Amino acid sequence: MIKLIKICKSFKGQKVLDNLDLKIEPEKITVIIGRSGGGKSVLLKHIIGLIKPDSGQVLVNGVDTAKLNDKELNEIRKVFGMLFQDAALFDSMTVGENVAFPLKEHTKLSKKEIDEIVEEKLLAVDLKNVTHKMPSELSGGMRKRVGLARAIALNPKIVLFDEPTTGLDPIMCEGIDNLVINTQRHTKATFVVISHDIRSTFKIAHKVAMLYKGKIIKIGTPEEIRLSNNPVVKRFIG
Amino acid sequence: MGYESSNHRSNEADRNPMIRLLELAGRPFIIAVEESGRIILLLISASTWMLRPPFRFRVIFKQMEFVGVNSIFVVLITGTFTGMVFALQSYHGFKMFGGESLVGATVALGVTRELGPVFTALMVTGRVGSAMTAELGTMKVTEQIDALHTMSVNPIHYLVMPRIVAAIVMLPVLTIVSDFVGILGGYFVGVELMKINSGIFIAKIVEFVELEDIFNGLIKAACFGLILSLIGCYKGIRTTGGAEGVGKATTQSVVLSSVTIFISDYFLTSFMF
Ligand SMILES: Nc1ncnc2c1ncn2[C@@H]1O[C@H](COP(=O)(O)OP(=O)(O)O)[C@@H](O)[C@H]1O
Ligand SMILES: [Mg+2]
Repeated sequence: MIKLIKICKSFKGQKVLDNLDLKIEPEKITVIIGRSGGGKSVLLKHIIGLIKPDSGQVLVNGVDTAKLNDKELNEIRKVFGMLFQDAALFDSMTVGENVAFPLKEHTKLSKKEIDEIVEEKLLAVDLKNVTHKMPSELSGGMRKRVGLARAIALNPKIVLFDEPTTGLDPIMCEGIDNLVINTQRHTKATFVVISHDIRSTFKIAHKVAMLYKGKIIKIGTPEEIRLSNNPVVKRFIG
Repeated sequence: MGYESSNHRSNEADRNPMIRLLELAGRPFIIAVEESGRIILLLISASTWMLRPPFRFRVIFKQMEFVGVNSIFVVLITGTFTGMVFALQSYHGFKMFGGESLVGATVALGVTRELGPVFTALMVTGRVGSAMTAELGTMKVTEQIDALHTMSVNPIHYLVMPRIVAAIVMLPVLTIVSDFVGILGGYFVGVELMKINSGIFIAKIVEFVELEDIFNGLIKAACFGLILSLIGCYKGIRTTGGAEGVGKATTQSVVLSSVTIFISDYFLTSFMF
């Protein structure tokens, strides 16, 4: 269960999040939409404690992560997986080593067991024969898939996605959308997805939240969002 | 933080041009103090991570290899020619009063105490310190460092600590190599080219150079290794502003490391000899 309460965050006097409240339902896919540069990534980074709020609370399973020290934060983060906007793969490691990284760091599994999980996770994101490639040899869509495989390597209870489909061609987008839906159905994890792609949002979301001027101005099922009278929401979903 | 408070101060200062002038002159000083503070904090943090498991031997060995492989060639070249030019200069100097026999000892002392450690450190700064900044800087701007955080791995533990340990260990090793080829280069110039008697050349080295000279030079080298890796990592993990930012950070890292190496060399020397 994730709850953000009265979050304020400014960078050099520029207010990015302004008294933001948001409750994210467990075991569902929540998609956060909003214009580019509107603070969606900043919001997501608050959830996993990469950015601390100027004021307000970030509750994860009832614990305020904004108040934790590094060690406690690292404990909490073990239930998280995160896919970054540009995948953030370690470019000094092969694809296989990238996916194996969290397993090596946080489990006592043997090399053989880790290799098996890596293959399984790569297969789950529809990648074959890439284990020994370097990230720089992959296309954008493949990198995102590897990023997803790494994010779900430890079977996290909460997975955060920063624009998983941005910059991909339509076929690739559809592939990633299906991947998100299937992975969530399979793992029953809580997914928080950032998107500015309306079509894909309505396809994957259980809940949609609209971020505008530092606040969540509307949250509801895709149907509720589609029928919303809020002028900003209407304009955004066109 | 610092940004806001200095803004606040300049509002008051508008009234008094003298204060404004002082503040303008003082700002670089304040920035330097702040930056030193942050570098020292990074050192403290990296040191505490050295003592905590996992000890990351594999990453450390990989970094040691990186430091060694990347620098050995330039260290061999600069080491040799430093010894050679030093022999040439001192030969011309000593010849004026017939002291050619001291060329070997002079070269050996100069190289082991001073030139070996300092030139090695400067070369490694250019090759390895800069690469550390560029690599960590790229990781920072492409969110790989954030990714480490999200996977509950502390970047100082995984990235900074191994690089610092590797540089502290490898700089003395490279300096030994540099000392050796430096004296060899001096021998070549002195004995082969300038026809100083080989036996006397070597005898004077043995007579004047103490083990302590070499040892103190290696201590210096380890300190320089700490400086260039600490500053290299510091500039790297604080990089902002995309690829352009990485370029800037790399330049700053090399300049700051080199200057710090020269300054600390003076103080280390004054403590040691
Ligand atoms: N670490 C940071 N330091 C300073 N400004 C930042 C930082 N992260 C984000 N911002 C600023 O916050 C605003 C929102 O950014 P972001 O959350 O990335 O938007 P988006 O909705 O496109 O993901 C932008 O103006 C950005 O420049
Ligand atoms: Mg973003």
